[in-house]
Amino acid sequence: MALQSLDIAKRSATTTEPPHARKTIEVAKLIDVSKCIGCKACQVACMQWNDLRDEVGSCGGTYANPTDMTDQSWTVMRYAEVESEERGLEWLIRKDGCMHCEDPGCLKACPAPGAIIKYANGIVDFHQENCIGCGYCVTGCPFNVPRISKKDSKAYKCTLCSDRVAVGLEPACVKVCPTGSISFGSKEDMKELAEERVAELQERGFKNAGLYDPAGVGGTHVMYVLNHADKPSLYSGLPNDPTIAPTVSLWKGFTKPLAMAGIAAAALGGLFHYVMKGPNEVSKEVEAEVEKELEAEK
Amino acid sequence: MTNHWTDIKNADVILIMGGNAAEAHPCGFKWVTEAKAKNKARLVVVDPRFTRSAALADLYAPIRTGTDIAFLGGVINYLITNDKVHMDYIKSYTDMSFLVKEEFAFADGFFTGYDADKRKYDKASWEYQMGADGYVRTDPSLQDPHCVWNLMKAHFSRYTPDVVEQICGTPKAKFLQVAELLASTHTPDRVMTILYALGWTQHSVGSQIIRTAAMMQLLLGNIGRAGGGVNALRGHSNIQGLTDLGLLSNLLPGYMTLPGEKETDYDQYIAKRAPKPMRPGQMSYWQNYGKFHVSLMKAWYGAAATKDNNWAFDYLPKLDKTYDVLQVFELMHQGKMNGYVAQGFNPLNSFPNKAKVGAALSKLKFLVIIDPLATETSEFWQNYGEFNDVDPARIQTTVFRLPSTCFAEEDGAIINSGRWLQWHWKGAEPPGEAKGDPEIMAGIFLRLREMYKKDGGAFPDPILNLTWPYKVPHEPSSEELAKEYNGKTFADQLDPKDPTKVIRKAGELLDSFAQLKDDGSTASGCWIFTGAWTEKGNMMARRDNADPYQNGQTLGWAFAWPANRRILYNRAAADPSGKPWDPKRKQVWWDGTQGKWVGSDVPDFKVDSAPEDGMSPFIMNPEGVARFFARGMMNEGPFPEHYEPFETPIGVNPMHPNNPKATSNPAARVFKGDMEAFGKAKEFPYAATTYRLTEHFHYWTKHVESNAIIQPEQFVEIGEALAAEKGIKAGDKVKVSSNRGYIKAVAVVTKRIQPLKVDGKTVHHVGIPLHWGFKGVAKNGFITNTLTPFVGDGNTQTPEFKSFLVNVEKA
Repeated sequence: MALQSLDIAKRSATTTEPPHARKTIEVAKLIDVSKCIGCKACQVACMQWNDLRDEVGSCGGTYANPTDMTDQSWTVMRYAEVESEERGLEWLIRKDGCMHCEDPGCLKACPAPGAIIKYANGIVDFHQENCIGCGYCVTGCPFNVPRISKKDSKAYKCTLCSDRVAVGLEPACVKVCPTGSISFGSKEDMKELAEERVAELQERGFKNAGLYDPAGVGGTHVMYVLNHADKPSLYSGLPNDPTIAPTVSLWKGFTKPLAMAGIAAAALGGLFHYVMKGPNEVSKEVEAEVEKELEAEK
Repeated sequence: MTNHWTDIKNADVILIMGGNAAEAHPCGFKWVTEAKAKNKARLVVVDPRFTRSAALADLYAPIRTGTDIAFLGGVINYLITNDKVHMDYIKSYTDMSFLVKEEFAFADGFFTGYDADKRKYDKASWEYQMGADGYVRTDPSLQDPHCVWNLMKAHFSRYTPDVVEQICGTPKAKFLQVAELLASTHTPDRVMTILYALGWTQHSVGSQIIRTAAMMQLLLGNIGRAGGGVNALRGHSNIQGLTDLGLLSNLLPGYMTLPGEKETDYDQYIAKRAPKPMRPGQMSYWQNYGKFHVSLMKAWYGAAATKDNNWAFDYLPKLDKTYDVLQVFELMHQGKMNGYVAQGFNPLNSFPNKAKVGAALSKLKFLVIIDPLATETSEFWQNYGEFNDVDPARIQTTVFRLPSTCFAEEDGAIINSGRWLQWHWKGAEPPGEAKGDPEIMAGIFLRLREMYKKDGGAFPDPILNLTWPYKVPHEPSSEELAKEYNGKTFADQLDPKDPTKVIRKAGELLDSFAQLKDDGSTASGCWIFTGAWTEKGNMMARRDNADPYQNGQTLGWAFAWPANRRILYNRAAADPSGKPWDPKRKQVWWDGTQGKWVGSDVPDFKVDSAPEDGMSPFIMNPEGVARFFARGMMNEGPFPEHYEPFETPIGVNPMHPNNPKATSNPAARVFKGDMEAFGKAKEFPYAATTYRLTEHFHYWTKHVESNAIIQPEQFVEIGEALAAEKGIKAGDKVKVSSNRGYIKAVAVVTKRIQPLKVDGKTVHHVGIPLHWGFKGVAKNGFITNTLTPFVGDGNTQTPEFKSFLVNVEKA
């Protein structure tokens, strides 16, 4: 393909130098939990824009539904009832989904060339046509986001509406959010907006209000304004200090080129097997490779 | 709303009580988040449950369902005793100095004049003392024990913080925190808004709850002001339009009223509704009633409405009583109705006591359903197992289902809670055989008219003479109807200052209801809408959001009734001398050089009446001022009093423990048989309340896949303490029963519902979302109104959906 609307900055399992002649602004989505009412308009917008329809499920005893992310639900609301001495009861509501890490563990872990893409604007996107369904992105993600579809055994997650952003529109969830809890713009602008919001929350008595843009993954392109930034885990287990698992870092940094050869061999050698049995066989081989390398490190 | 959605951003304090704006009005709630972010506004939520609104609140206080009068009465007492009232405001703008008849009294839970057998009051003593000059007597020194201020002080002095805690279960410290924050807006530079909804209206004392809130806002000087007001967030799209157009049984368009059966004299009918000013120099705007009424009759009956036949007064039905929904279903249940037309209406789900509603529908000969959806009502005769356990063989009602369009498939105006008439354009063609409601009704009307023409009838005139000027008679267009509501003149209108000049030619559309006449020369289908579609075009379609004063009044956006006015009573935003109470919040003020009222809004006042003239801001009241004392206008008394819900978890009114007849609203109408169907706390110990969820709209969106996905299955909410007592875990199926039936649903066990200590007893709440039924794509569920009691508010008859008793068991 010739130059696309969005430049590719990183591509899974690829050593070719990405283009960088064009100048791209880094984008970010800012989710202000202090304005979020958990109405799920973002869930519906996501479903409708992306042509996704989950099952009509069941009530699991909470307001959350669908109860978890799936290949059809790329974002879900999470509700936590938290009691503290200082503030009494709080109902902490958080929109969960891909954080679009600057240093994406999924992409690092992915052995399939071009299945995971990071655009120059920061959006991390899955290209399912290249996905082999190995599930490594799931292991690589510190936020437990990607989901493997039972239908086609490929990994799915929020695209940050890369198709909309590419043509100058905001993500669908941002457009519909009724309370202005979700904003979208350059990462710089979003950080500035976050500062304003944090100051307002501090004035209101939330001393530990702050921005969630965790350094352990190089910062994220989906950020949260939290009333309790000192305790992200209060928000239904948002990681306090997310990092990429050592296995994945190692895989990317040192072992991956070796294993790539292994994949190539396996892919060529077992082409017929791959077609008949499906892709997960490959992942086992890759996994064995990594484990071997890790053993060797020790 | 006295104010409107955008205006919420101007508030310093926002009280959400009797509603859950974040849940039920998420789009409007953005103005709450805006006020918080830009205006440092503080949000207070008072509710039995810690709601989605409470999740964003600065202060939350729990309250037992149905006890809001005690809470607000407590606030009123707090304001008065702590001198936190806006004294300059109430002195000039309320009836506080008016003298009430000496025989008026309140004792043992009753006001004077109560007849226990009829459950009705003789309201003769609930009136002012009148002077020889024909005006109300007043005592500006406020010394007279019979002045409204002293009566009110005495009445509310009983609502101490301890009494609030005893009745509402709100911890005293919490109540005082709320009271203090609300009281902070009594200064001219701070304003509070109140957002309420059906959590206040759906009680046997609903109207009185809202009155208590209005009294509190008057005391704080928050009425008529940007960021203030008493704001009803309407529960259905365009339900504001329904009341504006007078679709309640006793109303005519524009809040005019039908005559009662004894009102056969036209002049007396008008005179009663066009009161003379009760104080010198006051406007009493309803004196124009005759102009609005005659113009309405001209719009309906054209040439057939003449001065000689009193503008077709005899064509109007004369009511023996109101025919509210409870009354209608009572009559149907008694077998006194043959047919019923349910248009955009799903009574099997929407009315209380499903068993009674289903039995009533079974007695009809025919039922016509006009709806875009296949409603439960249209299949009330069909067996859906436990959800609708009926025997179709025993039901003889013929049901006609006429598919109609939904709002997105038609052009027209929708009126929002803020009284804005906003025109919209159809987004899609209707599917299949669906027709617009006007087309369906025109079809029925034209055939009826043919039958009357052919066969005659007892009194065919009102049908035969109805104006029907539409280009395509069987399909009146939204544009034609809108112009008809707006109104036109039949004769040239001359400039009152220069009668040689014609300012409007015969046949032209009118700009304002001030141009309506009672001589038959004008027509208007709804006087408050005049100005919505003028010779300049469709004002409702305007989309100019210019906001020169940065206060969100945007006079170029759509059209707000009346007269494009955005905030009602806005003369009260200025002090008696005509200067804004708060120079930072300029709304409407007196410009001495121009000799008129000016500002960012259309003045709600006689525009050239100088402050020295002494005209007061509440021009719709003959008093000219706002009323703390409601005179005879409310059925249960001129001051609000706490009465228990008809199904009370404590069985006694702590205000009147020795008078069992004053336990619940003594003036509420209860039909024979329904009193017996009320449950007692012994068998049904838990206080239940019903409500909506954000994910759904009423009984519609369970037909929509996206909504069904995000909230698929019926559930009820119970607190952790009750769940532990009953051995119920989150996700368990539970059976919730009242004295009228049961439902089964999944239990959501939550910290957000806490047990309350009320009158020495522990009261648990059970929260019951209402969206499910046996039609649609969401999981089938029970009709929530299987549980609710068949009794309504003492004035409006809005059913008491918000407070009743249930038991809960593991299913």
